[in-house]
Amino acid sequence: MSFYGLVDGTEASLKSYLGKLSGVDQVGAEARASMLATRSIKTTSKRWAIDTAITMVDLTTLEGADTPGKVKALCTKAVRPDPTDTTVPSVGAVCVYNDMVSVARAHLDLIGGQHVPVAAVSTAFPSGRASMPVKIQDTQDAIDAGAAEIDMVIDRGAFLAGRYIDVFNEIVQIRQICGNKAHLKVIFETGELVTYDNVRKASFLAMAAGADFIKTSTGKVAPAATPPVVLVMLEAVRDFYEMTQVRIGVKPAGGIRNTKDAIKQLVLVNETVGPDWLNPKLFRIGASALLNDLLMQRMKMDDGYYTSPQYVTMD
Amino acid sequence: MTFEYAPAPESRAIVTIKPKYGHFIGGKFVAGGKHFPTINPATEEVLSQIALAGKADVDAAVKAARKAYTSTWSKMSGKERGKYLYRIARIMQERAREFAVLETLDNGKPIRESRDTDIPLAAAHFFYHAGWADKLEYAGLGTSPKPLGVAGQIIPWNFPLLMLAWKVAPALAAGNTVVLKPAESTPLTALLFAEVCQQAELPAGVVNIVTGDGSTGALIVNHPGIDKIAFTGSTEVGKIIARAVAPTNKSVTLELGGKAANIVFDDAPIDETVEGIVNGIFFNQGHVCCAGSRLLLQENVAEEVLHKLKNRMQKIRVGDPMDKNTDVGAINSKEQLAKIIELAAVGDSEGAERWSPECKLPSKGFWFAPTIFTGVTQAHRIAREEIFGPVLSVLTFRTPAEAIEKANNTPFGLSAGIWSEKGSRTLWASQQLRAGVIWANTFNKFDPTSPFGGYKESGWGREGGRHGLAAYLKGVSHE
Repeated sequence: MSFYGLVDGTEASLKSYLGKLSGVDQVGAEARASMLATRSIKTTSKRWAIDTAITMVDLTTLEGADTPGKVKALCTKAVRPDPTDTTVPSVGAVCVYNDMVSVARAHLDLIGGQHVPVAAVSTAFPSGRASMPVKIQDTQDAIDAGAAEIDMVIDRGAFLAGRYIDVFNEIVQIRQICGNKAHLKVIFETGELVTYDNVRKASFLAMAAGADFIKTSTGKVAPAATPPVVLVMLEAVRDFYEMTQVRIGVKPAGGIRNTKDAIKQLVLVNETVGPDWLNPKLFRIGASALLNDLLMQRMKMDDGYYTSPQYVTMD
Repeated sequence: MTFEYAPAPESRAIVTIKPKYGHFIGGKFVAGGKHFPTINPATEEVLSQIALAGKADVDAAVKAARKAYTSTWSKMSGKERGKYLYRIARIMQERAREFAVLETLDNGKPIRESRDTDIPLAAAHFFYHAGWADKLEYAGLGTSPKPLGVAGQIIPWNFPLLMLAWKVAPALAAGNTVVLKPAESTPLTALLFAEVCQQAELPAGVVNIVTGDGSTGALIVNHPGIDKIAFTGSTEVGKIIARAVAPTNKSVTLELGGKAANIVFDDAPIDETVEGIVNGIFFNQGHVCCAGSRLLLQENVAEEVLHKLKNRMQKIRVGDPMDKNTDVGAINSKEQLAKIIELAAVGDSEGAERWSPECKLPSKGFWFAPTIFTGVTQAHRIAREEIFGPVLSVLTFRTPAEAIEKANNTPFGLSAGIWSEKGSRTLWASQQLRAGVIWANTFNKFDPTSPFGGYKESGWGREGGRHGLAAYLKGVSHE
């Protein structure tokens, strides 16, 4: 593998590559994110942002209590988020656990949702604490069951212990399993990496190892997709594109619950990496409750008043 | 379709601008004689007619201030003075949106800045100094510190209300009364502040506000009834004031020009550094005395930083200051615009390379696109003279010692910035730099607790913090 010519797969080359990264100033990164949060998105641009955000939602259920019924309901919602309004686009993907992939795929196909991919969380999600053969099998199972996107977690223990090469090799191996069959999203669990320096380092590591997307969090650990974390990841993606001419996607997940938060994320994308990333191929938002708030805001823009939550479906 | 931000204008309905204003003397608005217009620099719309104070007006204001000083303010306990200051601070917060809109209309700065920076900081200065009013004995400035008397205060147009707060709050906390003259082109928020003084029931004459131009300023500076002059403005005028007060008993503090070096070492956090460079020079259209107008880049990262800076500058939103998404607003006046254009032309003729992002400037009003000059050396005029606009001169250096030498090679010494992830280097550089304010991995950050002021031709004395109080108390060294 060439790793874009950035590293040769040895620990020494990885160290040298990561060693060249400039640091991130915490105060400065947070100040920039909070300044961008003041952008006032109104009228036509708000309407555009809401529809765009809907197409970017990875509609997610990751519960021990997930059942086929629950997953099918989620799939129905994913294809037609608002049954009363056919102009509402489908979401970006449905995101489930490994064993629910076949249920989701079958149901999506049944209801005319062939265009909606199924994403599976993988590699012993959410902790990542399993042996490599188990992680590989986990991924293979999901792909065999019809997952077109794999959301793997990195080994945060290895990362925090400084064993970057182990983290790198895991991603490389999972990338090989994905082949051309599945897009690979690499989850950092930024709430466990804690510092922005680590987030930047993890971003460059994962991109060189073959990630198609870099993703903030599992949704099981807080803080998750905070604006400064997403900002740092978007900057990494922008710099990586300048180095390689390859566009890597970004997926914030966890804590984005309402339209305002989602629009703040789109502003971050727009003013950091640019409008090329403002599409579901390069930006996704991992969420569950967010979709309904987007729908309610959309109705409000059409009708001029806030509707009752009874008018949006609960799934 | 791309993500174009629809216009998001702040409403101006919250402010009522009178067609004509007088002066605020002895707690009352009194009619002026001659008037001149104040305009919105973004549209050239005439906002109001402002009174031009002559000798009689300044005399009346000084007399009112003296009367308030002897009869009321100097006799009042610090605790009572503090109550008034707290009250003013709270009213400023309550009326923050009104102040912000008025400031943006009269000054041309983006509403985001007046709303998020100018007005909150102005209120913070009153809160901070309100706390000092009953604790002056414990400020380390003598066991029984005494006020100076009547302070004449002359403030600039770049941060109209904030500069008023920097001047009025410490003066009042220390027990002085004031005669303040706002800048000719931005008097409106000072006149609204006069209303706040009435609303707070501040004793008549403690704050007097006279409007006018340089001639009014000269009347204040030369008035025999004034004990202290506080001025913020150009070094040129500062020198005139220093000469005028030299043979008198007046105390004086001066906040003057700057040509700050913003030094980027090769281990800087690059993305935040680029933000800091932008904030250093394009904040408030570069109308900032402490602006980071000389960018010193270590040569081995110069290309990378410039590349990122240019990309970042393409995202700067220049336009209607009242739009909540505007980053850079209008140049404050026709005269200032002419100065900026002239100095930028000097940059061209001296062989520096000019670059601006593509941006559509409005046809009416006074505008100048964010601009950088590369290939600048110490010998260029644009590396030496204060442009006071959105124009950045970029120089390079090879070693830390060379950076310091270049940074200090200026008659100014107001501020400087250091960008590095190495603590030892930051501390070393901050000790070498001859500037009153040093920012490390940030720029243009202000706080009432932090003294602000210059070395060399950037001024005398400090404003803010404990040091700033000293400038309004008797018998305390002002340095």
